[in-house]
Amino acid sequence: MTGNNSGNINRRRLLQAGAVIGGAQLAAPYLQVARASDVVKIGMDNPLTGTYAALGKNEQIGAKYAVEQLNAKGGILGREVELLVEDSTSGDAGVAVQKARKLIDRDQVNFILGNINSSLAQAIANVANEKGVFNVDPGGHTDSITGKNCHWNTFRVCNTTATEGAAIANVLVKNMGKKFYYLVPDYSFGHTLAAGVENAAAKVGGIKVGEALTPLGTTDFSSYLIKAQAANPDVIIVLQQGDDGVNVLKQIVQFGLQKRFHIAGAQLELEVLLGLPPDARIGTWVFEWYYKQPNVPHVNEFVAAIRKRSGGHVPTARTYFGHTAVMTCALAAEQAKSLDAVKMAKAMQGFKLPPEISLMPDGAFYRAGQNQMIGDLYVGHAQSHGKDDPEDLFVVEHVVNGKDVSPTLAETECHMTWPKV
Amino acid sequence: MSGFDLRKQAPNAAVWLILLSMPLWIDAVGGYTQLGTQVVVMGLAAMSLNFLLGYTGVLSFGHAAYFGLGAYGVGMTIRYLVPSTGLGLLVGTGVGALAAAIIGPMIVRLRGVYFAMVTIAFAQVFYFIAFRWNSVTGGDDGLTNWTREPINFGFATLHIEKDPVTFYYFVLAIFAVAVALMALLLQSPFGRTLIAIRENERRTRFLGINVNFHIWMSWVISCTFMALSGSLYALLNNFVDPRTLYWTQSGVFVIMCVLGGMRSFWGPLVGAAIYVVLQDYLSSATPNWMSFIGLVFVVAVLFFPRGVLGIFRRKSTE
Amino acid sequence: MTQLILFNIANGLIIGAFYALMAIGLSLIMSLSDVINFAHGGFLAIGAYIAYTLSPYIGFWGGLLVAPVLTAVLGIIVEKFLISRVYGRDPLYSLLLTFGLAFIFEDGTRMIWGAQSVPYSVPNWLMTPLSNEYFFITGYRLLMIALVALAVGGLFWMMNKTRLGLRIRAGTLDLETVSVLGVNVRVLRNLNFGIGIYLAGLAGVLAAGQLGLQPTIGASLIMPSFVAIIIGGLGSLLGTLLGGLLIGVASGITSVFLPSGTEAVMYVMMALVLLVRPQGLLGEEGRF
Repeated sequence: MTGNNSGNINRRRLLQAGAVIGGAQLAAPYLQVARASDVVKIGMDNPLTGTYAALGKNEQIGAKYAVEQLNAKGGILGREVELLVEDSTSGDAGVAVQKARKLIDRDQVNFILGNINSSLAQAIANVANEKGVFNVDPGGHTDSITGKNCHWNTFRVCNTTATEGAAIANVLVKNMGKKFYYLVPDYSFGHTLAAGVENAAAKVGGIKVGEALTPLGTTDFSSYLIKAQAANPDVIIVLQQGDDGVNVLKQIVQFGLQKRFHIAGAQLELEVLLGLPPDARIGTWVFEWYYKQPNVPHVNEFVAAIRKRSGGHVPTARTYFGHTAVMTCALAAEQAKSLDAVKMAKAMQGFKLPPEISLMPDGAFYRAGQNQMIGDLYVGHAQSHGKDDPEDLFVVEHVVNGKDVSPTLAETECHMTWPKV
Repeated sequence: MSGFDLRKQAPNAAVWLILLSMPLWIDAVGGYTQLGTQVVVMGLAAMSLNFLLGYTGVLSFGHAAYFGLGAYGVGMTIRYLVPSTGLGLLVGTGVGALAAAIIGPMIVRLRGVYFAMVTIAFAQVFYFIAFRWNSVTGGDDGLTNWTREPINFGFATLHIEKDPVTFYYFVLAIFAVAVALMALLLQSPFGRTLIAIRENERRTRFLGINVNFHIWMSWVISCTFMALSGSLYALLNNFVDPRTLYWTQSGVFVIMCVLGGMRSFWGPLVGAAIYVVLQDYLSSATPNWMSFIGLVFVVAVLFFPRGVLGIFRRKSTE
Repeated sequence: MTQLILFNIANGLIIGAFYALMAIGLSLIMSLSDVINFAHGGFLAIGAYIAYTLSPYIGFWGGLLVAPVLTAVLGIIVEKFLISRVYGRDPLYSLLLTFGLAFIFEDGTRMIWGAQSVPYSVPNWLMTPLSNEYFFITGYRLLMIALVALAVGGLFWMMNKTRLGLRIRAGTLDLETVSVLGVNVRVLRNLNFGIGIYLAGLAGVLAAGQLGLQPTIGASLIMPSFVAIIIGGLGSLLGTLLGGLLIGVASGITSVFLPSGTEAVMYVMMALVLLVRPQGLLGEEGRF
């Protein structure tokens, strides 16, 4: 650089020096190692950025509340509980895997939770299995996680897609008609959810008149909707989640398709309804948990406690999953009286959750040989405005006991191999 | 290359010393071995890109495609063909090289932003193939149900499948070979020609040198090493997903080069180390890590255009 | 079947018009400043969020008028303090700068407005389809097309009839000469950037009417816009419009026959154009 604008150089130098010092300060905490080893660590590898950020945030609120409750009662096995949260991103499995390894190898967590995205959940479950760490999947639904690719150490809180499909198929065929057109998000979650509805519907006479596979992250659904209406179904089955779900419902309503066809799906989140303008809050859906359960014990306390911690917002199914996932870890340790993953996993086979944690009318339990939590499902319809609460956007019509609609253990194709002790 | 120059060799010795001893101290400073492996893999990727970017002066913003091709190449070979890590690496690297060789002639005429845009667009084609061809690539779920296999040399077997330290040294050995090859190429007359193209394309052309052919060669070499590093990345994670081909990943490789310094041989490795460690740290420390990473980009561009090594170099020449 | 194809062509034209709106803004900036603005999608999101925030006070129409202008002001500020500093340097730097800005914008919108998508409503009468048969042609989408036409027409007029426009066009062809002739290139690029960002803001408000409004709303729209520019030809307003319409239609038709190729088709088209006519369909020779 020539010297004729040296004033400029000095200023630049100064800024450079500032940046270096700032960087060094930022790096300092990275160097502190070895936390107290008497702490029980739960690692959460879940999305905080991208499409599923809102869902991830809610699961985090639920998990944090559970840790708070545990520590107030003396922690796990008398040891304090610490929650370590890592951003898995919404779709980058490479990052999710890397974060799982980091939590397990460096932070030496006793439990690992993750993930909302089915593909990431499966990837994390595989890493956890490789390392023999107790793993809870708080929100990835695809069947294989507690099915074909099940692991002795992976427990799942949310339902399988097969169960969700079966929960609604009867209702749809009975009330709306037999011809279904499927809008399927094109990844494992979508494929298995569609198959779940299809199989269950076929048993009661439902017919598939067509399907469109939509890639994750689709913004414009018009070409798929053109196909859907051309097939002239009774029901358009919408299986998109997150932002895709918001987009497709918004466009269905703009095109007035809800006036010509029934709109329904096997799973919907309260988060999606909250993101829609009032007139697009339509359709018949399965919710996996809902906060308005006035007659179920402990639910109101849970709702009140979460409202305090979330700026007044109600818990969604996601908040519930986060809470239940952490509580599952605690229960496993208490049951086994140990933090040994094999002992804990053995102790949870067939375990029935206490009512203050299951928060469902029929309770919930982990099915032995599959590690899948089986509880209630809530079938109902969306409403544009809540009567006394702006977030009350769903009306529960039936509570379906998961026991009655879950595939049998043989049907799940889960064959667990336990490590030799 | 005349004789042994201590001052010239000192940086090389330092780099190798740090890399070879990494597993010994990385836990003590709060890292973990896989993070070290990732630095080496990403470092190789950034150095491969820099072959084109820094030494030929051609701006590719689509290198993630070749990184991803290498990753899918190794994953699919092990999953569908033969459970052999060595063959997988060969196929992965070969596929990347082949794709680059075919695409090359279509784009070598372009320069500057246009070259960048077109490389992005071609990369996106590969991304969408990986993303939408569910039955083969696993689509958005990624390619699973395969793992790296032990390598059998006939007389001995190298168990890279479980122990992270063994795998680290395996990666480092490949890194060493690749980097040595690149250094040799750059010091050959061919390498000098590339630098001449970077400095003054028109003059080089007047000298009767086929510039487009040289750029094509440089592009293919760069993409081949990129595919190799992608293959290693897949082996590291035992997993591949379409995001490894996405255009934002290409941007990350470019920023690694710039952060470290595009004009020095080891610059991209330093940049990769900074980026990987910073992202690993920031994304644990704050949910707003994207802002910080973005800020790193902005600050690097405005205040450190010649990268970290660029600062040192300027100091020593002043 | 024929009906399905015709529908998809018409539908593709509507989507393509929207791509074109974004692409024209990008193309303006690219041709005068040699900057690929990766933050365009971020500006789009900000425009949409501004409209959402203001709509309780000034309504949908007020938002449609005001939000793009405010976005353009933000664009002008960003250009003045950040982007203008890398002019004349290797294009690599502007690319990385806007890439970093895109990260900051996405995270910033998430910090301010939250990760949860927010409900943005448009007037009810716009939301009705023309008829049951042509259900995909709604008042809102017609409005979109009208605004795209207006924006393109307005730009065309400006580029050919006003002094600013003539200078921008001249600058695109030969910046040095324009500068020697006494035009303040800094101001010219600044205003031009503002116009480009205005179009991004407008696209944002229009997108929010039919898409979920969340921080990543612009991310998936930016790549098709790049393709539209390359196909149409850089520096040609009409070319970019044509490019946008073409990829919209091509994607629409492909969705009938090979649904999984819907996105890839536009990149394949781009490759073909580059092979046959590198400067783009309506681009001028020599720019490439």
